[in-house]
Amino acid sequence: MSSRKAILGAIRHSLGRQRGDGAEQAVEARLRTHDRNLVPQRGCLEGEALLSLFSSQAERIDATVERVATDAEVPEAVAEYLKRNNLPPRVRMAPHPDIQALPWAEKAPLLEVAEGRADPQDLVSVTPAFAAVAETGTLVLHSGPQTPTTLNFLPENHVVVVRASQVVGAYEEVWDRLRAANPAALPRTVNMITGPSRTGDIEQRLELGAHGPRRLHIVLIAEEGDS
Amino acid sequence: MQSTSHAFKQNAHRALHDPMLQKAMGHVRSGFIDKRVQAAARLPEFDQLRDQAKAIKDHTLAHLDHYLERYEAKVLEMGGKVHWCATAEEAREAVLSICRSLDARTVTKGKSMLSEEIALNEHLEANGIEPVETDLGEYIIQLRKEPPSHIIAPAVHVNKEQVEADFRRVHKNLPPERSLSEAAQLVDEARQVLRQRYLEADVGITGANFLIAETGTSVIVTNEGNGDLTQTLPKAHIVVASLEKVVPTLEDCATILRVLARSATGQEFSSYTTFSTGPRRPEDPDGPEEYHVILLDNGRSSMLGTEFQDMLRCIRCGACMNHCPVYHAVGGHSYGWVYPGPMGAVLTPSLIGVEEAGHLPNASTFCGRCEAVCPMRIPLPKMMRHWREREFEQHQAPAKARLAIEAWAFVAKRPRLYRWATSLLIGALGRAGRRRGRFRELPLAGGWTAHRDFPAPSGRSFQARWAEQQRRGRASR
Repeated sequence: MSSRKAILGAIRHSLGRQRGDGAEQAVEARLRTHDRNLVPQRGCLEGEALLSLFSSQAERIDATVERVATDAEVPEAVAEYLKRNNLPPRVRMAPHPDIQALPWAEKAPLLEVAEGRADPQDLVSVTPAFAAVAETGTLVLHSGPQTPTTLNFLPENHVVVVRASQVVGAYEEVWDRLRAANPAALPRTVNMITGPSRTGDIEQRLELGAHGPRRLHIVLIAEEGDS
Repeated sequence: MQSTSHAFKQNAHRALHDPMLQKAMGHVRSGFIDKRVQAAARLPEFDQLRDQAKAIKDHTLAHLDHYLERYEAKVLEMGGKVHWCATAEEAREAVLSICRSLDARTVTKGKSMLSEEIALNEHLEANGIEPVETDLGEYIIQLRKEPPSHIIAPAVHVNKEQVEADFRRVHKNLPPERSLSEAAQLVDEARQVLRQRYLEADVGITGANFLIAETGTSVIVTNEGNGDLTQTLPKAHIVVASLEKVVPTLEDCATILRVLARSATGQEFSSYTTFSTGPRRPEDPDGPEEYHVILLDNGRSSMLGTEFQDMLRCIRCGACMNHCPVYHAVGGHSYGWVYPGPMGAVLTPSLIGVEEAGHLPNASTFCGRCEAVCPMRIPLPKMMRHWREREFEQHQAPAKARLAIEAWAFVAKRPRLYRWATSLLIGALGRAGRRRGRFRELPLAGGWTAHRDFPAPSGRSFQARWAEQQRRGRASR
C-alpha cells in the first residue's frame, strides 16, 4: 500500500469519516468562497490616514519612507538616497515598465542603471511593489518576468517604489488584488516584506542585516490629496 | 534525532548547575515576555483573532483528509511534486533521492524543526551530501554539533563569547586578529560566510509554517531572509512539512499570521512571510526549477480523534516555553528531543512514546501560563495530565509513587474516611509543629525537606474551618 493511501486511510479512520457525511462539500464551499475572518479595525482607513499609517508602521520596523509628489521625482530621490548612505551611484533595476518609465537619464544622469536578476555584487536594487499593507507597514512583491525575486534579497540595499493607489489597509485586500491579477494561479513567489532583514539569534538582541537587505527604503509616490 | 528524554532528571540536574546555560537563559526571561504583552496590547482584536485562529485549525483538522487531497491536487497542477511519507525514514529517503537525482553535493537549509525530527542532516552527511544550516541560530548549533534548545531561537542557550569562540575555530581562513566582540560583527561574519554557500548550493530545503489548500502554496515566516535565499538560488526547493500545517485559504492563513509573530517574538509581523507555489515559471528570470513537498505524518494521524488532537493546532510560536518556569530553569536540551517546553511535553510522548518521554509531562508546575499565552488556545496542562494518567494506567510510574497515589485515591474517594483521616493527620502535624511553625525533617517527605522546610499546618483542615464558618454565618443571620 502506498504511503499516501495509508496516511489518508489512517486520517479517515481516526476522524470516523463516513461516505456522504457532507465533509467534502463543506471543504469545497470554504475554498470557493474563501470568506474573510475578522479584519482588525486598524487598517480600515482611507486617504491620507491610510498612507500615514503605512509610513509610520514601516518606520517602526526600521524601514525608511520618503514621499514624493510625482513619478518624475523618483530618480532624484534614489540618487540622493545613495549619496546619503555613501553608496556608489549604481543600481540594479527590475525590468518592469513602471520602473523603466521613470526619467532616469534625464533626472539622475550620473546614476548607472542595470536591469535583470540580482548579481551577488549588486549593492542596491530598485523594484516596484505589487501592494503595500498599512496595518503592519508590509510590502507585497511577487516573482515574474519583470520582477526577479533575487532583487528582493541579494543586495544590501533595497529601494521599493510604491504608488499611493497600491496602499491597502489589510492583508485580505491584497489577496483580492492578487486573485484578480492572477486568475489562473498565484505567481511562483509572493514576498511580504516588513522592514529590513534582522536577527535576534545572538543573546536575543536585535541586529539588522542578517542575510537579506540591511536597509529597506520606500519611495512613496503620492500627490497632495492623492489616495 | 536520538532522544534522551528518559534521562530528563539527570539532564535537568546538569542544566541547573551549568553557569553558562543559566546566564543565557536569562535572555529568554527578558527577551520575549514583555514584547509579547506589548504586541498583544497594540491590537485590540488580539483575543478574538486567537479564537478564530483556533476555529480555523479545528475545522481543518476535522476535514484534514479532504484538505490534504485538495492541497496535493493544486501543487501538482502548479508543476510541483508531493511525497507522502508515513515515517521519518521515508521522509529522509525521499529527500535523499531528490538530492541524488540532481547530483547534489551541498544543500542549504532554512530552519525546520521537522528536519530535526527526522534527523535529516545526519542522513545527508552519511550519504556524502553536505547540509548547511543558514538561519544564524541553526548555523551556530550546527558548528557546535548540538540540537536546538528552542523552536524559534535554536541557539538561545549559547552566549556571545561562545559564538565568537566557535567562529574562530571554524572560520580558519579569516584573519585571526579580527574583532568579534560585538553581536553585529558576528552577524556580519555569518552573512559573509553563508553568502558563498547559498550560491554554491544545489538544493535548498525549507520547512513550512503553513500549506494553503486553496492555492497549493507553502509559506515560510522568517526574519533573516535566509529561507528566501535558500529557496530561490538553488536548482530545487524541497519543503519538509507535517500534514497538520494545512489551512484552507489565504484568508485563513492571514488570520493565523496575525497571532503568530505577536505570540512568538512580539513583532507585529515577521520581516519575511513568503508564499511559494510550484517551481519557477518558464518566463521567470530566477527561482528553483523543481519544487518538492515532503508531506510527513510520523504519528500525527493517530493523534486525530484522541484527547491529543488539540495539539495539532500548534503553530510552533514558542510562547509556551517562553513563559514556562520549568523551561527557564532547565533550558531546552533537558527535554532530550526536538520539542522542549510545554508543547514538547505534550507532543514528544505522542511522537516517540510515553515510555521514553514520560518524564516530560511530569515536569510541570501546572501554573497554567502556557495555556494562557497559547495563540491557538491549546489546553497544554490538561493534556499533560492526560499523559500522566496514561503513564499511570500503563504502570510506568515508579512503584512507590503508584502505591502512594493508589492509597490517596482510595481515601479521597471516601469522603467520611477522608475527613476523618485528614483531620487526624493535620491535627497531629499541627500539634507537633506548633512551637517552630515548620519541620526540618518529615517521614515520607524527605524529597521535600531535603531542600526546604515543610510549613506546619494550622491544626484544622480547610473543610472543618469552612463548615464552621458556614455555621457561624447562619447563626448570625
